[in-house]
Amino acid sequence: MHEMSLCESIVEIAEGEARRQGLSTIKLVRIEVGALSHAEPAALAFCFEAVTRGTMAEGATLEILRPRGKAWCVDCRGEVEIAARFDPCPNCGGAGLYVTGGEELRVKDLEAA
Amino acid sequence: MCKVCGCGEGEMRIDGPEGHAHHHHHGQEHAHAHSLDFGAGAAGVHVPGLSQARIVEIEQNILAKNDSYAADNRRRLASRNVLALNLVSSPGAGKTTLLVETIKALAGEAPVAVIEGDQETANDARKIRETGAPAIQINTGKGCHLDAHMVGHAMDHLDLAGSSILFIENVGNLVCPSGFDLGEDAKVVLLSVTEGDDKPLKYPDMFAASSLLLLTKTDLLPYVDLDVACCAENARKINPGIDVIEVSVKSGEGMKAWLDWLRRRRGANLSPGAERERSAGA
Repeated sequence: MHEMSLCESIVEIAEGEARRQGLSTIKLVRIEVGALSHAEPAALAFCFEAVTRGTMAEGATLEILRPRGKAWCVDCRGEVEIAARFDPCPNCGGAGLYVTGGEELRVKDLEAA
Repeated sequence: MCKVCGCGEGEMRIDGPEGHAHHHHHGQEHAHAHSLDFGAGAAGVHVPGLSQARIVEIEQNILAKNDSYAADNRRRLASRNVLALNLVSSPGAGKTTLLVETIKALAGEAPVAVIEGDQETANDARKIRETGAPAIQINTGKGCHLDAHMVGHAMDHLDLAGSSILFIENVGNLVCPSGFDLGEDAKVVLLSVTEGDDKPLKYPDMFAASSLLLLTKTDLLPYVDLDVACCAENARKINPGIDVIEVSVKSGEGMKAWLDWLRRRRGANLSPGAERERSAGA
């Protein structure tokens, strides 16, 4: 359940930024969780509710964007889309893909008042 | 208030080589002993007031804070030419036993220090100290992984020798520790032969994050169904660049390959100046 620590970081980042902007109530936090990242969106959503209690983000909506997994295929010499790390190349069926995208874990923006 | 990072939340438990333990609130004083307990929760702050809702761009990595602590740790380690390895595995794969034998094998060759991470008990740090190597125990409480902040504090209490090897034995967990950079040079994942050859596919993040797979307890291979070639192939499906070494602490098989891997990494880590000093001393 490292999603709990991730949510604590999300709230810390969001509160810090809202405070800098002179805002006091966070309504929505938008994050990116890549398809190949080590975090589970459902667990993040579950933890977010618990972690935001008593903070500026209490009751806020957590919107999770899911950038797709991307990898470089050595055989095709091109970038391909994959759903999981061990997926073979969708073009040539080859293994040994090097992941190039989809590992994002970012706070994108927030809506606050 | 902590001098290193300014952290002021949570409760820290201390357990030194003297064997005594006591509690203190991290917000009131700083820990100066040999075991750290991070059972901290989130501290919320409420700021009242209302204005028009608006969108605020952030674009920040969720792990940015951990990563900045990790960068600090990495700088501290590099300044002393320390090779730091983060050992990860499920519980019971043999991390501590491997470390004990590794420390014995490297005696007189390389100074070794260990940071032990477990939810509870200082048993592992005690086992390491019995070899004569300095060790500090971090107890994470409810935490499922070590983070760079905890490791930075642990490093404060370890007198790290120049050109030494620091092993950070993470909490036994094949999932969560994969995402947390501690400032190490490499992650080493242990998988015991009793666990099954499809583990790299079931827990891909850990194998993707690691530079070396140590397949442990190979003396048990006659009694289990694990297919070594299949296991290595699965690990390479996740991470084409991963090194794979089979090792048995019991029989000694593979220990040389593991020690040679360590020597290579340590050699690559030493600056030209430190290397000259070493060959002059030899």
